[in-house]
Amino acid sequence: MSVILVFLLVIIGIAGWWLVQQGVMSKPWLEHGPRGALQDVEDPVIPTEKIGLAVFLAVVGALFALFASAYFMRMELPDWQALPILRLLWLNTGILVLSSVALQCAVIAARQGQMDTLRLALVTGGITALAFLAGQLVAWRQLSAEGNFLTANPANSFFYLLTGMHGLHILGGLLALTRTTIRAWSSASPERLRLGTELCAMYWHFLLFVWLALFVLLAGWAADFIEICRRVLT
Amino acid sequence: MVDITPGPVDAVPPAEVPEVELYHPHSWWTKYVFSQDAKVIAIQYSGTAMAIGLVALVLSWLMRLQLGFPGTFDFITPEAYYQFITMHGMIMVIYLLTALFLGGFGNYLIPLMVGARDMVFPYVNMLSYWIYLLAVLVLVASFFAPGGPTGAGWTLYPPQAILSGTPGGQDWGIILMLVSLILFIIGFTMGGLNYVVTVLQGRTRGMTLMRLPLTVWGIFTATVMALLAFPALFVACVMMLFDRVLGTSFFMPALVEMGEQLSYGGGSPILFQHLFWFFGHPEVYIVALPAFGIVSDLISTHARKNIFGYRMMVWAIVAIGALSFVVWAHHMYVSGMHPYFGFFFATTTLIIAIPTAIKVYNWVLTLWRGDIHLTIPMLFALAFIVTFVNGGLTGLFLGNVVVDVPLSDTMFVVAHFHMVMGVAPILVIFGAIYHWYPKITGRMLNEVMGQFHFWVTFVGAYAIFFPMHYVGLVGVPRRYPEIGDTAFIPDSVHDLNAFITIAALIVGFAQMVFLFNLFWSLKFGREAGGNPWRATTLEWQTSETPPAHGNFGKELPVVYRWAYDYNVPGANEDFLAQNDPGAAKAAQPA
Amino acid sequence: MAIALVLVLVVVGSIAFHVLSPWWWTPIASNWSYIDHTLIITFWITGAVFAAVVLFMAYCVWRFRHREGNKAHYEPVNKRLEGWLTVVTAIGVAAMLVPGLFVWHRFITVPADATEVEVIAQQWQWNFRLPGTDGRLGTSDNRLVSFENPLGINPDDPNGQDDIVVEAADLHLPVDKPVKMLLRSIDVLHDFYVPEFRAKMDMIPGSVTYFWLTPTRTGTFEVLCAELCGTGHNFMRGFVMVDSEEDYAVWLGEQQTFAQLTEALQTSRADSDALGTTTAQGDAEN
Repeated sequence: MSVILVFLLVIIGIAGWWLVQQGVMSKPWLEHGPRGALQDVEDPVIPTEKIGLAVFLAVVGALFALFASAYFMRMELPDWQALPILRLLWLNTGILVLSSVALQCAVIAARQGQMDTLRLALVTGGITALAFLAGQLVAWRQLSAEGNFLTANPANSFFYLLTGMHGLHILGGLLALTRTTIRAWSSASPERLRLGTELCAMYWHFLLFVWLALFVLLAGWAADFIEICRRVLT
Repeated sequence: MVDITPGPVDAVPPAEVPEVELYHPHSWWTKYVFSQDAKVIAIQYSGTAMAIGLVALVLSWLMRLQLGFPGTFDFITPEAYYQFITMHGMIMVIYLLTALFLGGFGNYLIPLMVGARDMVFPYVNMLSYWIYLLAVLVLVASFFAPGGPTGAGWTLYPPQAILSGTPGGQDWGIILMLVSLILFIIGFTMGGLNYVVTVLQGRTRGMTLMRLPLTVWGIFTATVMALLAFPALFVACVMMLFDRVLGTSFFMPALVEMGEQLSYGGGSPILFQHLFWFFGHPEVYIVALPAFGIVSDLISTHARKNIFGYRMMVWAIVAIGALSFVVWAHHMYVSGMHPYFGFFFATTTLIIAIPTAIKVYNWVLTLWRGDIHLTIPMLFALAFIVTFVNGGLTGLFLGNVVVDVPLSDTMFVVAHFHMVMGVAPILVIFGAIYHWYPKITGRMLNEVMGQFHFWVTFVGAYAIFFPMHYVGLVGVPRRYPEIGDTAFIPDSVHDLNAFITIAALIVGFAQMVFLFNLFWSLKFGREAGGNPWRATTLEWQTSETPPAHGNFGKELPVVYRWAYDYNVPGANEDFLAQNDPGAAKAAQPA
Repeated sequence: MAIALVLVLVVVGSIAFHVLSPWWWTPIASNWSYIDHTLIITFWITGAVFAAVVLFMAYCVWRFRHREGNKAHYEPVNKRLEGWLTVVTAIGVAAMLVPGLFVWHRFITVPADATEVEVIAQQWQWNFRLPGTDGRLGTSDNRLVSFENPLGINPDDPNGQDDIVVEAADLHLPVDKPVKMLLRSIDVLHDFYVPEFRAKMDMIPGSVTYFWLTPTRTGTFEVLCAELCGTGHNFMRGFVMVDSEEDYAVWLGEQQTFAQLTEALQTSRADSDALGTTTAQGDAEN
């Protein structure tokens, strides 16, 4: 359970820092008036939607951290046989990086008000994400063609489970992206699309990060790394 | 001791709030059914939770009848008994308590108490309820599925949960259970995002964190915990579903069932237990923290005294929330995990007793030199302290690893967790309903029925669960439909069991009176007015009762003070509402 | 007002129930009286706290109940009192935790001279295995479980041949000798629970868990399953007889080893097979 505990430690750190910022040490019974301990609560600098997405990503992060914890615990048991790394996964990773880059371009375009670039970037982002999903499906087929079925070994089970979970999250993101893309054609002003685009990009970057972490995990490098750390420590 | 008199403060013009993009219902359907108003969603959540809770109540009667009078009721077979305990436990913990505290009270109180017009994402909030309803329906469907619901116990431990020796293990029962939980978690996450972000972003002007009522603190912290803990249950459920449906071996070791070698191999049942309790222990506090928060407000309001040590109360809530993530394996002392974990988890578990004890002291010290109105909410709050202290102290038995060894898996455990996370939070729920019903409906609940309900529930519940500890001390294991002839168990234990059953039936009956009261008072209750308890928090200061759509009239309230200005020296009234500028108002004749 | 009285009655009643009721734990039959002592300490501390808190509350309710003209005292905080209470609580908690951890250390440290006894649980009965003359148990695996080998003992392991197998019968233990109970399951989770021994532990298919104890008095003790294991959970009973040295030796002499059992099974199997073949031939000829 070490992965999830480290993850929680980070969350608790952020929460603790935020609580101190918010004057959790103040003495409210001594303070009267509309301002209180804090300068100004109105006009939140960060849009509510972004905070909402950030909280949601923390939940998704906890989910994958728990999967990783389960992965490590299951891995210690003797029947574990590591999977071969498919070369296709490298290609898929590249495509997902492209997708993230495209959406980052979309954000920049939205900020600068370039509608055409924005539309192009949004569509590119969507298509590359779809290509990533297709690539993952091909990877599944390759694996099962080699006889690495779901139930053959726990490492296989985890591979299908984790890539599947990640794929479902991408699929959910694609729904939001489609909505934003449709709006990019129906509404003329890039200003109004800015928030939606930023949210999509944020989600995409996060899922890219999750995928990289999963890739490291599934390829077995994470376990090697921990082994090295353990040796250094003892 | 601090002696302060509130100094004059500048009165400020109310916050100018632009007509926000508030959802406006256009038809009866969107106003009462597919509503995006948090208050309507709260009532939907509460109604559904109480309806499914009634099922759990009936199940508990059936269980008690079997335990009190074994062999009398033919239809309660061992299979049925195990199905009853499983569904009772799961419904109470998740579909009733979690949904009612967070979905019900959270939805109703958070926007009102922080001074917001609604939740920040009303549409997602609506979806949350409907997915919750779907989860409940899937759960109910398992009663009608072939083979009936699962009888694996609410902990759903593999491997037995998905094998044929357990009711529903090789039928639909376990599958529907897991699907229902997965749905619940998705639905809850949608709601939980709302509760958290509304507290973060939706607070009105002047409502700093340290001016939030403890109710909001409790629900907020519990929601944050739930958002981080439920994924563990989600992971466990998905992986078990894979094991059951697709034949993977995440949790399933090589085993021989009824003389037949199964194709599973190599998996770890302990892994499931770690995941389950990583959710399961925070879950205890997910139910307890809202209760802590609400009861603080009940005590303060009805004792007409500020809550003692507000800062400590807030810190304790946060500390308990954080610590509760590192105590999970105290449910697994005798599970066969590595024995050295025992040292760590016993220590963390007993440390968590300290902030919890501080909370208890502060509630009791709030009563000290107060002006205690023995209203029904106050009575329930007092009863909560008694049962919670009792259940919390028996937790020190079970948390201390070596003392847990003889007691674990006995009726002592059953008595402990019913006292601490069954009776205690439910008493708070009752107190809270008597407290906020006037705001929700505009009428008071009937006092006579309320008194009857309180006395029977409090005394009855104590009579059920206090003696039950001693059944466990004798050594009676839990989850036994009948003890049978066992040399070390004296016959008098059977009489005690019969007594407990009769008490349980009586307490159950009193709940019917409560439900009747809820409906009766809707029509015949005394008119309440806007602020019958003369409370300070914002929900009592709305211009309309029940609050209209958008909660506050044209202007959002501005907050000048914390939530506990009762009997402030120098003030004219015995309470100053949070949006009351106080002396400043008096100083300005115009 | 009634509530103040009831609160007092709750305290008095609970203490009276504790002192007067006939329900108390079974007389101990193992060395784990340490556990009982820790439990007693916990009872004293928690009982005192419960009585103190509830009685104080009852006093407050009675003394500060609302009367006309009453005014609550204004006191948002009292740092000294809070600090003082925190320290006292911490001391109380430590007084329970420290002895607990010491006893736990003892609980998980198996003495070197403990003999091993294996308990094998299955739905819904108890089986046992004792090391034979070599003092060592043979290896085992659930994959090896079959009709001839119901406990999954490795037939190729020479250490296992002389193991004594007790299938669905009572276990005997010699008094005053430390034993390490190795716990194994061939199907689902179970829990080996003898109330008089105080110790208990789950058994997990696929791994071996353990606890140890020294039986301190002779007698017959009932074994129960304490982990919900399916519909027969409460019928999963067995007996442990703690014998004097001589009685134990007599019992041990009557038991069969794994090798003997396998041989017996194979012979009877061969007989029935032979019988089966002749009948089949007979059928064919007709």
